[in-house]
Amino acid sequence: MDERAKKISVSQVSKIFGKNTKKATQLLNEGQSKNEILKQTGATIGVNQANFDVYDSEIFVIMGLSGSGKSTLVRTLNRLIEPTTGDILIDGKNITKMSKDELRETRRKKISMVFQKFALLPHRTILENTEYGLEIQGMAKDHRKQKALDALKLVGLEGYENQYPDQLSGGMQQRVGLARALANDTDILLMDEAFSALDPLIRKDMQDELLDLQSSMAKTIVFITHDLDEALRIGDRIALMKDGVIVQIGTPEEILMNPSNQYVERFVEDVDLSKVLTAQHVMKRAETVQIDKGPRVALQLMKKLGISSIYAVDKKKNIRGIVHASAAKEAVDSRKTIEEILDTNYQTVTEDTVLTDLFDIVSTASIPVAVVNENGRLNGILVRGAVIAALAGNNEAINDFEHDTSTTQDQSNKEVY
Amino acid sequence: MEESFIPKIPVASWIDAFVDWLTVTFAIVFDGITIVLEAIVNGMNTVLMAIPALILIIILALLAWKLASKGIALFTLIGLLLIQNLGYWEGMLQTLSLVLTSVIITVIIGLPIGVWASQKRTVRQIVTPILDFMQTMPAFVYLIPAIFFFSIGVVPGVVASVIFAVPPTIRLTILGIQQVPTDIIEATEAFGSTVKQRLLKVQLPLATPTIMAGINQSIMLSLSMVVIASMVGAPGLGADVYRAVTQIQIGTGFEAGLAIVVMAIILDRLTQNIGKKKN
Repeated sequence: MDERAKKISVSQVSKIFGKNTKKATQLLNEGQSKNEILKQTGATIGVNQANFDVYDSEIFVIMGLSGSGKSTLVRTLNRLIEPTTGDILIDGKNITKMSKDELRETRRKKISMVFQKFALLPHRTILENTEYGLEIQGMAKDHRKQKALDALKLVGLEGYENQYPDQLSGGMQQRVGLARALANDTDILLMDEAFSALDPLIRKDMQDELLDLQSSMAKTIVFITHDLDEALRIGDRIALMKDGVIVQIGTPEEILMNPSNQYVERFVEDVDLSKVLTAQHVMKRAETVQIDKGPRVALQLMKKLGISSIYAVDKKKNIRGIVHASAAKEAVDSRKTIEEILDTNYQTVTEDTVLTDLFDIVSTASIPVAVVNENGRLNGILVRGAVIAALAGNNEAINDFEHDTSTTQDQSNKEVY
Repeated sequence: MEESFIPKIPVASWIDAFVDWLTVTFAIVFDGITIVLEAIVNGMNTVLMAIPALILIIILALLAWKLASKGIALFTLIGLLLIQNLGYWEGMLQTLSLVLTSVIITVIIGLPIGVWASQKRTVRQIVTPILDFMQTMPAFVYLIPAIFFFSIGVVPGVVASVIFAVPPTIRLTILGIQQVPTDIIEATEAFGSTVKQRLLKVQLPLATPTIMAGINQSIMLSLSMVVIASMVGAPGLGADVYRAVTQIQIGTGFEAGLAIVVMAIILDRLTQNIGKKKN
């Protein structure tokens, strides 16, 4: 992720609402709190010295409760709200220093936006709404119509072109909002609580569709939400905001497992861990026996470890089957090879299976379930007790996610100055 | 307490002097305005008079049918036939010419000011108190300088009507544009609209029903000025009412008044529905 180009680079961005912004900025730099500044100057801090980078084609979620400044922050990115101080680089160009014309050009070509309450034009048809961004750029009618139709097709609204927004349901209206943004074909997409006004089922559908679209379009998306589940579902990285301050930036796992302070901890404590943790987090080291060894070796191993069955693997660590102690004993007597006594009636799951989907398998299996990677290589086993312990929030039962953290950790170190 | 410590401030003589100065200095301007307005009112009147009464009644009834409803169309038909029967047809057309001219000028002045004020706070802060002043000052008072500048006849009537009728158009234009939801404005901004694009493609279309309500109010107000305007010599139904009042002819006064009411209802329903149809 580090090698990816920085699409948006935000440094020391603050937004102060009110009259006495100079004094407030000074107090802010001295590290005074939001309440203290309000008391002394009457100015409200919307965003307090935000620093972060958004990389090419990632979904960067900014999450916080209402009043945390997340909507203000996203609006500074296209200067719908002028930041009081700080710099915002879009593809290396400082948007805060742009002239009106340059800014308009950037908004037309680089950044589009989706709004919480859809913000469609009620007097225009769906097609005309979708065309709006292209129309104001002076694109020829046929050309922009084609682009708009393509965008509508992408969001599954074919056939609705000539309807008016008030004839559509909320979910469909937001698809139009998304199509309007996509029609402009910008690299960057700002989504301000885009799904918050939709009911939960539709919201989930839209999240899935966004992820689907994202896998083929690879836009750079800044997504604002107050919903932690939503953030965890769609975010590649999440920035948590409180009182205008970004308190933590990290991958969903980092935020959940290593909350940087009490605020984050309290925020995430109600998270349904079963939907976040995967097999990889709760699996135990798998004891195995090489398939070309004799049954005696297998029996020895089981005796030593105090278990009644063991997975047999080949040289590549691919599972071949399971050896039961009773069968091994018989094999020793009747001089059979392991291969001949293998029980192939075992169950496997992949590493990224979430806990919710594991319960059924784990609870009915009589032997530990194997965790394999996409090539069938055995990576670990699932023991019932460990799964339950992880769910109960027992951190000792949860593995470190080494290969995830090692890369993302230094990245977040760079961002949080 | 009877005797004031401060001598009376000579507001009246100041205004007199100011109006005198205006009359002399801008004589050419006022004369020009007079000629233009007179031409518009008379031209409109001549055209209306040239159409046979029955045909005009049918045209207006059909228009009412198209813009409003069958009921309004029927009311228009019967109402106008009644006016013609009572012998107020000519007076009604004169009044209509005066009202329409006032409204056209009201829109020409009011709409741009309203749009401008909606975009700039300072303009709004200057315009609002002036509008308050214009609306609360008794309408008669406008007649006096109007006579000075434009002598007597239909022109001071039109001018006084415009001053009296323009505030709602301005106010509701400002309101209509400001009422456009902020997220829609944000969306148009976020996609890179110019100020002109935002105004023409988004704000004005969305404000149209409110603006039309303002114009409707302006029409009603300028119609209410008809009688007052007749005091400076504007012809029409107002003059008939005024004459009946001065000669204490109750019956005639009622007839002329009824004609004004019928006109008011027709104009109101027609213009109300223009705004709604667009929505």
